[in-house]
Amino acid sequence: MKPEPDRLDVRVTSEMDVVEARQKARLLALRHGFGTVRAHGIATAVSELGMNLVLHTARGGLIHLTAQGEAGAAVVEVVAEDEGPGIPDIALAMQDGYSTRGGLGCGLPGTRRLMDEFAITSEVGRGTRIVCAMRRP
Amino acid sequence: MRVPILRLGRVLLTSLPSDLTDQQVMDLQIDALALIQAGKADGLVIDITAADVVDSYMARMLSETAKMVTIMGGIAVLAGMRPAVALTLVEMGQNMIHMETAFDLEGGVAKVARLVASRGGRHDEVPTV
Repeated sequence: MKPEPDRLDVRVTSEMDVVEARQKARLLALRHGFGTVRAHGIATAVSELGMNLVLHTARGGLIHLTAQGEAGAAVVEVVAEDEGPGIPDIALAMQDGYSTRGGLGCGLPGTRRLMDEFAITSEVGRGTRIVCAMRRP
Repeated sequence: MRVPILRLGRVLLTSLPSDLTDQQVMDLQIDALALIQAGKADGLVIDITAADVVDSYMARMLSETAKMVTIMGGIAVLAGMRPAVALTLVEMGQNMIHMETAFDLEGGVAKVARLVASRGGRHDEVPTV
């Protein structure tokens, strides 16, 4: 029988919430057998997505963390969703060095490189949803 | 609460907490630059042993702080990067951290002293003829 997925949600409106979300993500990954480095990678991805919610949306958003899978193949999925301004040009936002807020412009492309799966959907004026996942090797 | 800055000889030392906020970053930059400008120090060592992750925002903040210290004539060194942090930064992309680095606080202090000596002393010292 497949074990029940391990889920938790964190509402992110401030930097303190980002700290909480990334700490929970790291513990979740460690609990599901991820090594220190991979768990740290997941925590960093959550930090990137969380900081985006804090800096780019007026009301923040939600980060859903899910871990599931059997002993041999665990996966941690991170979903960040908001009802913020949306991203007009996703291809541009995914380019290295592009930033609308004077950042390094490598948050989203960096997160994509860090994670095994990465998908982004966005509608201007409606919000953004980013789904990414890392598998335990 | 402000992040404390300690002074050891002519080097400023600071250790970043895991829950660093934007406001604390700005205060830290102002405090460090004021101490350097007042002639109390030649450089700053930023220790990140306690930082749980270094994301692109943190990387930008560190690089900017180093740049500010450098254009004031000081030297900034990052110390205490854990292996998982280094691996993740490299995986995310190159050039995330633009500053001098050292293994630990001791190495950071030594590096500031060495770099100051290698350029012939403090930036505002009038050379003796």
